[in-house]
Amino acid sequence: MNIRQVSGRRIARETYRVDLHDGDLMIALAGNPNTGKSTVFNSLTGLKQHTGNWPGKTVTNAQGKYIHQDQRFILIDLPGTYSLFANSVDEEVARDFICSGEPRVTVVVTDATCLERNLNLVLQVMEITDHVVLCVNLLDEAKRKKIQVDLPALSKILGIPVIGTSARDGAGLDALKDAVYQVAMGEIETAPLRIRYGSAVEECLNLLEPIVQSIVDKKVNRRWVALRLLDGDWNDEASRAQLPFFRIRESKQLSDAMALSDQMLLEDHLDRDSLRDHIVTCIVAQAEEITQKVLRCEKQNYNDMDRRIDSVLTSRIWGIPVMVALLGLVFWITIKGANYPSQVLGIGLFWGQERLTQLFLSAGWPDWLHGLLVLGMYRTLAWVISVMLPPMAIFFPMFTLLEDLGYLPRIAFNLDNYFKKACAHGKQALTMCMGFGCNAAGVISCRIIDSPRERLISIITNNYVPCNGRFPTLIALATVFIAGELGSYQSVAASLIILAAIVIGIMITLIISKLLSKTILKGIPSSFALELPPYRKPQIGRIIVRSLYDRTLFVLARAIIVAAPAGMITWAFANIYVGDLSILQYGANLLGLFGHLLGLDGFILMAFILGFPANEIVIPILVMSYMSAGQMIELDSLQALRELFFANGWTWLTALCAMLFCLNHYPCGTTLLTIRKETQSIKWTLITFAITAATGIILCFVVAQSARLLGL
Amino acid sequence: MDMDRLIPLHRLILGTCGKVSQLTANGNTRRRMLDLGLICGTRVEALQKSPSGDTVAYEIRGAVIALRSEEASQILVELL
Repeated sequence: MNIRQVSGRRIARETYRVDLHDGDLMIALAGNPNTGKSTVFNSLTGLKQHTGNWPGKTVTNAQGKYIHQDQRFILIDLPGTYSLFANSVDEEVARDFICSGEPRVTVVVTDATCLERNLNLVLQVMEITDHVVLCVNLLDEAKRKKIQVDLPALSKILGIPVIGTSARDGAGLDALKDAVYQVAMGEIETAPLRIRYGSAVEECLNLLEPIVQSIVDKKVNRRWVALRLLDGDWNDEASRAQLPFFRIRESKQLSDAMALSDQMLLEDHLDRDSLRDHIVTCIVAQAEEITQKVLRCEKQNYNDMDRRIDSVLTSRIWGIPVMVALLGLVFWITIKGANYPSQVLGIGLFWGQERLTQLFLSAGWPDWLHGLLVLGMYRTLAWVISVMLPPMAIFFPMFTLLEDLGYLPRIAFNLDNYFKKACAHGKQALTMCMGFGCNAAGVISCRIIDSPRERLISIITNNYVPCNGRFPTLIALATVFIAGELGSYQSVAASLIILAAIVIGIMITLIISKLLSKTILKGIPSSFALELPPYRKPQIGRIIVRSLYDRTLFVLARAIIVAAPAGMITWAFANIYVGDLSILQYGANLLGLFGHLLGLDGFILMAFILGFPANEIVIPILVMSYMSAGQMIELDSLQALRELFFANGWTWLTALCAMLFCLNHYPCGTTLLTIRKETQSIKWTLITFAITAATGIILCFVVAQSARLLGL
Repeated sequence: MDMDRLIPLHRLILGTCGKVSQLTANGNTRRRMLDLGLICGTRVEALQKSPSGDTVAYEIRGAVIALRSEEASQILVELL
């Protein structure tokens, strides 16, 4: 097994290539996952970075700027971490950046409803740098739970400015900016609380600190470096060589002092392992002590409501049925809701096509130009917009709503045992859920998994859940598939079919994960802990705006950019004749036999191949291929689509196989590029391509051949 | 300490509490547990079992954390 370990340092270097102008001040934003850190970042910078209520959301690191009191600040959003002991890539990235001394101020965002746990990180950051501002966020949630935090007392104990915020409403952000400004300008002198580790450790630190001071950069805190030398992070020269701030890596004085310290600690029954335990214990105990002093809870059981919701949503009996029902409901609303706007858009856009055709005729422009631009490009675009836009515009906000509420970690919790049996990481369920939005985003989110083996499994299998670009295709196929006679139950039947497709997709994910774990990615699941964050009140308005602007329009724009040339090319292929046949027909004939084996036909395979850059355009290309091959019918509804497909020899088996192939085929171009970037390996990108394509081919082959053999 | 009262965390009955007495895990797993605040004396409550199996959600220092039985079995708690 050859997995390239992604080094945190390299990521830090690549990610934070910050473009600093003279006088710009760099500010780092640290914090536990799920504390509203991204919301604070967005509110400060006006950027629209996506936020969600599940731990590890900030997997792509962002930077933005804001101006306060005529001073420009560059804000760096670090990955959310629980500690800075460099146990994972994210923690290493965050630690390296803070300790590099580059940020003038580090803001630590904490959750007021979970302060004790968050203080752990705050205390660790305060060991690395003096210039810390604490942002106690989610005060509105705390108020709802009747939790009171004595901010002035906290500030006094910690020796740093403490600002309370409710970033979602923008409350407290001005005060936060003021505090950052004052610390950055030296108007406030911070005096961070130092954790004491007992006499033995303190003696060693006294011994090491002066030596450390002589060999590291001034910007770096020497007590902290001495601690890390003691507890084993950097006790050999090789690991010190990785760190830019060690000016001198080999020092006789240092190794002598370290040998002496080790001896002194051993006398106190502290070896390296127990020292790390001891250090963490001191920090956690300190956090506990501080919390007791500053936190007042009026209600003892302030989490009762969450518990009650969880006792249904993750219950042994109801957990999974509720989950399936909820998904089914989401699909039903999507299908039902998209129906009418799709028709209206279709009618409007095809009315436009007629006007364009009239324009071309009256202007006397040549037929081929009309074909290329109107029948090729415009018509494909019209299809992409009318078929794809409405379901996306309905599905994305609902998906975002579930994400904001905090439901995705519950899905992971419900399904955990299945993933465990597949030898996969528990957080793979989270990355799988992200795939429903977009597989490229799903692949990026796999960064929350530390173990390289399990991360690769998640990346390779992410494509088995249909992304938003494939949903409308599945919906279109499902509607075609079920007989029109079902009448008013049509959308219910379509939802059930989509639901079945998703369940099949999840089962395939598990099967392939298991196969990978037993073959090329052998291993047992690594340890993990999944946080089930408190439920949050969603902000409906913000969700709609955000999911429409950030996701729907982004995905649609990408589809349109791909669809325009693809439409022209398809039209050209369908209308350039060599001998009796068009190029498209040659291609379809060539693929025909293979397609037939899979229960498809040559045109369907061609459409999937041409749809490689973006899955959204598969159906439009297919329609174009069929229509240019003869039948020119009005296509303004899914009913018409159904007739077109049947006229071209489709049966229920064709529709079923097309759905299976849509669900299980190679990832789109964007996703493959993302996989290449995330794995840093062409080999694993190609393996992903091969495995996913093979799954689709084998599955369709088996289904089609069995159906034919059984004479169905 | 009365060793009879020590049980691995995954055997803690739902709805009851335990006090962390010892971590038997090593290396990275141990570090992760410490990061969760699972030091000696920490109170842990078993809240809910996953519908699909033996993963259990625990309340640890105000946060709800789900652990698989493999991990939880490496945390010894004293019944409260």
